[in-house]
Amino acid sequence: MTTPAVVAGQTNKAGLTKNDYRGLPSTLCQGCGHNSIASQIIAACYELDVIPEEVVKFSGIGCSSKSPTYFLNRSFGFNGLHGRMSNLATGAIFADTSVHAIGISGDGDTASIGMGGFKHMVRRNAPIVYIVENNGVYGLTKGQFSATAEVGLNLKHQGTNQYMPVDICMEALAANATFVARSFAGDAKQVKELIKAAFSHHGIAVLDIISPCVTFNNQENAFHSYTWGKDHEAPLHEIMYTPKLAEIILDGEFPEGAVREVTMHDGSTVVLKKLEKDYDPTSRAKAFQMIEEAQKNNWMVTGLIYIDTEKPALTDVYNLVDKPLNRLEQADLRPAPETIKKINSLMF
Amino acid sequence: MSSKKIINDFSITIATVNGSGSQTANVTLLRALFKMGIPISGKNLFPSNIQGLPTWYTIRLSKDGFLARRDEQEVVVAINPSSFARDLAAVSSGGVFFYADDIKLPIDRKDISVYPMPIKALAKAANVSPALRDYIANMVYVGVLAQMLGIDPEAIKSALDFHFKGKAQAVDSNFSTIQAGFDWAAQNLVKKDPYWIKQMDGTSGYIMTDGNTAAALGAIYGGVQFAAWYPITPASSLAESLNVYLPQLRKTSEGKQTYAVLQAEDEIAAIGMAVGAGWSGLRAMTSTSGPGISLMTEYAGLAYQAEIPVVVWDVQRIGPSTGLPTRTAQGDLTEVYFLGHGDTQNVILLPGSVQECFEFGWKAFDLAERLQAPVFVLSDLDLGMNQWMTKPFEYPDAPMDRGKILWEADLEKLNNGWSRYKDVDGDGIPYRTVTGNRHPAAAYFTRGTGHDENARYTEDAKPWEANMARLKKKYDTARTLVPKPVISQAKGATIGIIAFGSTEAAVKEAQALLAQEKGPKSDFMRLRALPCTREAQDFIKKHDRLYIVEANRDGQLRQILSAVLPDHANKFRSVAHTDGMPLTAKWVKETILAQENK
Repeated sequence: MTTPAVVAGQTNKAGLTKNDYRGLPSTLCQGCGHNSIASQIIAACYELDVIPEEVVKFSGIGCSSKSPTYFLNRSFGFNGLHGRMSNLATGAIFADTSVHAIGISGDGDTASIGMGGFKHMVRRNAPIVYIVENNGVYGLTKGQFSATAEVGLNLKHQGTNQYMPVDICMEALAANATFVARSFAGDAKQVKELIKAAFSHHGIAVLDIISPCVTFNNQENAFHSYTWGKDHEAPLHEIMYTPKLAEIILDGEFPEGAVREVTMHDGSTVVLKKLEKDYDPTSRAKAFQMIEEAQKNNWMVTGLIYIDTEKPALTDVYNLVDKPLNRLEQADLRPAPETIKKINSLMF
Repeated sequence: MSSKKIINDFSITIATVNGSGSQTANVTLLRALFKMGIPISGKNLFPSNIQGLPTWYTIRLSKDGFLARRDEQEVVVAINPSSFARDLAAVSSGGVFFYADDIKLPIDRKDISVYPMPIKALAKAANVSPALRDYIANMVYVGVLAQMLGIDPEAIKSALDFHFKGKAQAVDSNFSTIQAGFDWAAQNLVKKDPYWIKQMDGTSGYIMTDGNTAAALGAIYGGVQFAAWYPITPASSLAESLNVYLPQLRKTSEGKQTYAVLQAEDEIAAIGMAVGAGWSGLRAMTSTSGPGISLMTEYAGLAYQAEIPVVVWDVQRIGPSTGLPTRTAQGDLTEVYFLGHGDTQNVILLPGSVQECFEFGWKAFDLAERLQAPVFVLSDLDLGMNQWMTKPFEYPDAPMDRGKILWEADLEKLNNGWSRYKDVDGDGIPYRTVTGNRHPAAAYFTRGTGHDENARYTEDAKPWEANMARLKKKYDTARTLVPKPVISQAKGATIGIIAFGSTEAAVKEAQALLAQEKGPKSDFMRLRALPCTREAQDFIKKHDRLYIVEANRDGQLRQILSAVLPDHANKFRSVAHTDGMPLTAKWVKETILAQENK
């Protein structure tokens, strides 16, 4: 399904123009995959009619972690510590659960220094869109191997990588993620649709987006390069996100039997159009199997790999008051004076 | 042996096996003595072990109210064969030795009174399941001590009642074993020693609890909204106390929570979550000990640099490294003062009593939000985990201070114009907004990297230096806001003593001992915070000779004060020592005297 092209000055249902979703000019390299992801975040938020003040952005340290400044200038953002986006965001999302969280991390940030935190955030099902801009290399420190680099990759000053790569989707699945997807920065449409679906997911939505580094890791035969990605991308489905407002009629657009709908927490749907494989993204076992098979065959499988819309999100577990915690006042937070006597009496 | 009775003025040490359930018996004894009106302190000297290693519990009774630990042990109860010889050797001359009669080891002391106790036999006779027999065995010595020293059985009963939360069956089965020990001693032992316990009126107006419980309760009255933690001795019980009392005190009538407590995957995550929560406008805290503080360093620097309120409790244990995980110290002062790489200076609160743990529990949030900075509270194992008699908790005497925070209506009034890191009021403290603020001008981008007044990224030299200068100015503002020291002056004082935290009891007693021995008279300042307030600086300036008492090797407070007031550094004399045990008054007195006499 295509969204009509945005006309300059045109507004969405939130009454905002696409410019209201932009950020500062990128300081990343020209042609960096991260820039096109930032563009798709802008487009997705515009199309979702998101109010920028109701989004909060997080990142760690690295090239990817710089990118939250390149979109949603009217949203709060926090560029924290290397590998620690997970815990920073986990604490912050308790303040106002009506605010959507989006985190941008990299393969070094998530799969090396931040692996522990990442997996714990996933297992807690913290409500956040967690994007890994995965290029297999440390860009900001000028071209060292990351933990997602494939065996045998040659880098100018590093030699040949000898170690097995971390598969972020596999790690997310193993940690019981409730939304796991992979995409390729060069596939703008799929990136956008997956981001839209991720925004509607209530829980952790892990998006591993292969995002080529044009400066340090873009050899034609490298896994995280444009050429390789274009040649090896095998989409699981054609994916389309439908907002809960039913202005898009699905019936008749896809032939019966080739379409699978997933209803999201907020009532919106993700529609998956089958390609050549009969793939069920609600089966964790099949997701593992599919990734395993893809690894063996040297495929870069993209699309929605796994989704579970039933598990409660981290903040649901706490039975919090309806009012945002950060708007509570002394009367809500300090026990009444008469309680102190009782507390003293509880001591010996 | 002396026939003169010694009443309510001696120490009892109980030597048992870790994990054998003796803690219940020991705390029951302590509480019974407190109930009898006798000023007491109890210290659990335990190993880093679940079960099997020797452990000691020492109770000091002091009719005069001196509650520091003493090295002298007049009454020793030996239940543990593996520490039997050293326990026997530890009894003060003229003292008393109670021992489990199944331990067949030689007793070669003629200068003490020795009493056997049929612990195993009486436990076997108790009407409890075999699984509970080992635990209840400890109650035998409670009964024997009660009979031989004069502890009121009713006081013991109310202690048991408290411990078992009124569960009659548990109270009764334990008490019947105590009664058996009591009766056996009455029939079989003849009192030869001079030590007696008598009812007095020294504890009315006091409660008894530990510093970690107090800290958690203080935080709750301070409106804590988010706490993340990772288990570590001796801090775990602080967070666990939050989990005990928050549901009682901070749920709405519909049962909804105004708080969240989360056990993190490690200490980095714990402070990270707290920093995230503090950044987004929650009263956020974490609690840990030295090794956790080391892990939290990078985040502490971020909170300092990006100006994020967060409260960090450090219940200190002895280091470096894993150190002695179950032993106390005041060794993290220097680390925490400078925690973070680059130029950092941190605000530290130094509670000196259980009651003050409560007070600083809520005050720390006011300071953190007012200053938009991490505030560290340094307690220690002795204060945090041991039972202390203390003045009751006092309801906060000031409204919550949420600091300079701008919501939608404030931004409207400002006509959208505000700068995150601008010193508008001349106190170095800027204004902030938090997530969820829907005003289009509210959002800003937070970073640990260089930023200008409008929170924009910059690597330019001038904004960097200006920002760091403002942070220093803010630290000077903190100097005026942190708790002032507690100062007591003596007529004709020739020296000053400075201490902080849990050593107060030892210092006060040392002052009395110095007076008794016609040593120098002293003024005493208990420092309650860093940065050093004007009052603390004045105290230092007024004295020619100052002894700084602290439980660490290097005299860390002396080092810090020497840097704060370099012109006065030559007045400082270090009374610093650390071996994992709380300082004794005798050691403090002797160390001061030795330097005075030099």
